[in-house]
Amino acid sequence: MILCTEDEWQQTAGDLIALWTDATHAYALYHPGILRAVALTGGAYPALDAAGAAWFQRLAYDLNGHVATGAQDTRPAIEHYRAPDGTAAWPEFMPITGEGVHQIGVGPVHAGIIEPGYFRFSLCGEQILKLEIRLGYAHKAVLALMRSKSPRVAARFAARVSGDATVAHALAFAHATEAALALTPPRRAVYLRAIMAEIERLANHCGDIGAIAGDAGFAFLDARFAFHRENLCAAAFVAFGHRLMMDVVIPGGVAGDLHTGGAAAILAALDGLETELPALTRVFEDYTSLQDRLIGTGIIPPPLAHAYAAGGVVGRASGRADDARQSPGYAPYDTMTLQIPVANAGDVAARLRIRLAEMTASLEMVRHWLRGLPEDGIAVAPPAGEGMGLGVAESFRGPVWVWLVLRAGVISDIFIADPSTAHWPMLEHAAPGGILADFPLINRSINASYSGVDL
Amino acid sequence: MVWRTIARHLFSSHAGPRRADPAVVQALRRKLQAAGMKTLGRSLAIRHVAAGSCNGCELELRATQNLIHDLTQYGLSFTPSPRHADVLLITGVAGRNMVDAVRQTRAAMPDPVFVIAVGDCAVDGGVFKGSPMVGGGAEAILPVDLVIAGCAPTPGQIIEGLLALLEANAQLPRRRR
Repeated sequence: MILCTEDEWQQTAGDLIALWTDATHAYALYHPGILRAVALTGGAYPALDAAGAAWFQRLAYDLNGHVATGAQDTRPAIEHYRAPDGTAAWPEFMPITGEGVHQIGVGPVHAGIIEPGYFRFSLCGEQILKLEIRLGYAHKAVLALMRSKSPRVAARFAARVSGDATVAHALAFAHATEAALALTPPRRAVYLRAIMAEIERLANHCGDIGAIAGDAGFAFLDARFAFHRENLCAAAFVAFGHRLMMDVVIPGGVAGDLHTGGAAAILAALDGLETELPALTRVFEDYTSLQDRLIGTGIIPPPLAHAYAAGGVVGRASGRADDARQSPGYAPYDTMTLQIPVANAGDVAARLRIRLAEMTASLEMVRHWLRGLPEDGIAVAPPAGEGMGLGVAESFRGPVWVWLVLRAGVISDIFIADPSTAHWPMLEHAAPGGILADFPLINRSINASYSGVDL
Repeated sequence: MVWRTIARHLFSSHAGPRRADPAVVQALRRKLQAAGMKTLGRSLAIRHVAAGSCNGCELELRATQNLIHDLTQYGLSFTPSPRHADVLLITGVAGRNMVDAVRQTRAAMPDPVFVIAVGDCAVDGGVFKGSPMVGGGAEAILPVDLVIAGCAPTPGQIIEGLLALLEANAQLPRRRR
C-alpha cells in the first residue's frame, strides 16, 4: 500500500479499479493491484477525476458518510431513503426536453426472472435518447455483516454477494484472506478451484449467449444453450455437491474434494457442449436476420471502455486485453499461456464472439486439469492472524477484487468490487442511439450484476 | 445435424415427471382450507419478484423452464404481467428498498393469490438475517402460503413445491359459482 498526500492522490495516473473508505483513510485501487491511500480529513477526501470513480464516491457516502470533496456527481448510489423527510422519494431524473420526447420507467420489478433495478428511458419514438439507471434495490448490507466474523464464517457471505458468480467471489475472498495471512493452499485445492471457476464461466456464458439469441427471436438457440447450462449445473452437483458450487471455495483451500464420479460427469457435460457448439455457432454466422440484431447494436467504443477501465467480456469486446487470470495473474493460470480474445467493435456481436471464444478455451483447460490433479491435501486451516490482503479472481463478467483487514482472527474491514460497477454506467452510454426493442439485447450482452454492486 | 440430434434423443432416457411430497400436500391443504382460500384451476400463472436476492434463486427458477425440467408440462408458467397471475413467487430477503415494490405487485394481482417464498432468504432472511437493511423473509412483507427452502433450491425442489400447491388446491372443496 502506498500512503500519499492529497496532491499525489489526485495526480495518480492509471486504470482505476475501485475506491472505498474505512474509518481513517480513503483507498484507490489501480490496475494491476496497486493500492493507494489518503488520510481522511474531517470525514472527507479529494474526489478523483476518473470516470469510474463517481459510483464508488457515491457509494462511500451512502455506506460510511464520507464526502468526496469536489465530486460532480453526488446522487445517492444505493441509499433510497435520502429525502429530507426520511422517505424513499423518487430521485430527480434529468429530463430531456424537446418535441415528442417522452419517458418510460421500467422496474424495479422486471418482466423476466431477473434481479431488481430501475431504468428510466427518455425516448423520441422508438429511439432511446437517454438512459438513467437507479440501483440499490438488492442492498443487503453484506459488508457490514462480514465485519467481526472469522474468514471461514464470512466466506458464506462472500459466496452470496453475486450468486451467479459465487465461485469467483468466494475465490477472490479466499485470495485476499490468504494474502493477509501469507497462506498457501494445497495444489490440489488450487486446481479444483480453477476447475469450478471455469465451469461457472462456461455455464454463465451458455446462459448469456442463449438469452441474447432468445431476445433476438431465436428460441431454438436459447433452448439448446440452456440445455447445456443445465448439464453443467447437474455435473457440478455430482462433482461438488451444489449446482452453483456455492460454499465450496473457502479460505485455505476447498471445503470438499471432488466426489466419486464427478470427473466423469463433468467430462460428459463438456463433451456434449463441445459436440454441439460448432453447429450452434454456425447459426449465428448463417442467419442475417440474427446478425442484423447483433452487429452494430449497443456499441461501447474503446475510448469509453478505457475511460472506465472496464474488465471482463465487456472490456475485451472494446479493445482492452485485460484478464485478471493473467494480469496480475494467480495460480494455476500463472504457469500457462492464456489466449485472451480481443475485439474492437464493442457491439453486442463482439461481446457474443468473445464469450464463444472463451468457452472453447475453458473447455480445454478443465479437461486438461481433470487429467492430472495433484494428490496433496484440499485445505489448510487459516491461522488466527492479522494483516491486510488484496485478492482478485476473474469471474465470467470480469475481475472481482476483495480488500480486507484481519485483526485478532476476525475481519475488521472489507470491501468487494464487482466488475459490474464499471459496466452499469457503460450500459447508460451504450443504450442511447439504439431503439427500445434492442435494449434487452444490449443489457443481456453486458449482463451486469445487481446484487454485486448493491452489496 | 438435425437428424443426428433427433436420433440421439430418440434413444436417450429422461427422468419421469416429478411428484409432490404427500405430507406437504396434506399440510398445505389444511392451511389453505383454514384460511378459506378460494380454489384456482390446474393451470397457474406465476409472477416472480426478486425482493433482494443474490441471483442464485433466479438462475434456478429460470432452469425450471429448460428442456430437462420443462415446467410447462405441469400447467405452470411464468408471466410478465401481474394482472393475470395466480401465484406471487418471492425470492430474496425482504430488502428495505423493495418492500413497496412487492406490495404494489401484490396489489396489482386479482384475488385469490397464492404467495410462495422460494429460497432460504425468502423463508427467513437466510444468511442475511440480522442485517439492518433486511426485514427478514417474505413473511415480513406479506402473508406467505408456502415456503420452498434451499440455498439455492434446485429446480426439482422448486417444481415439487409448486406441484404441492397444485395438488392441495385440487383437493380443496369446490365452491359453486
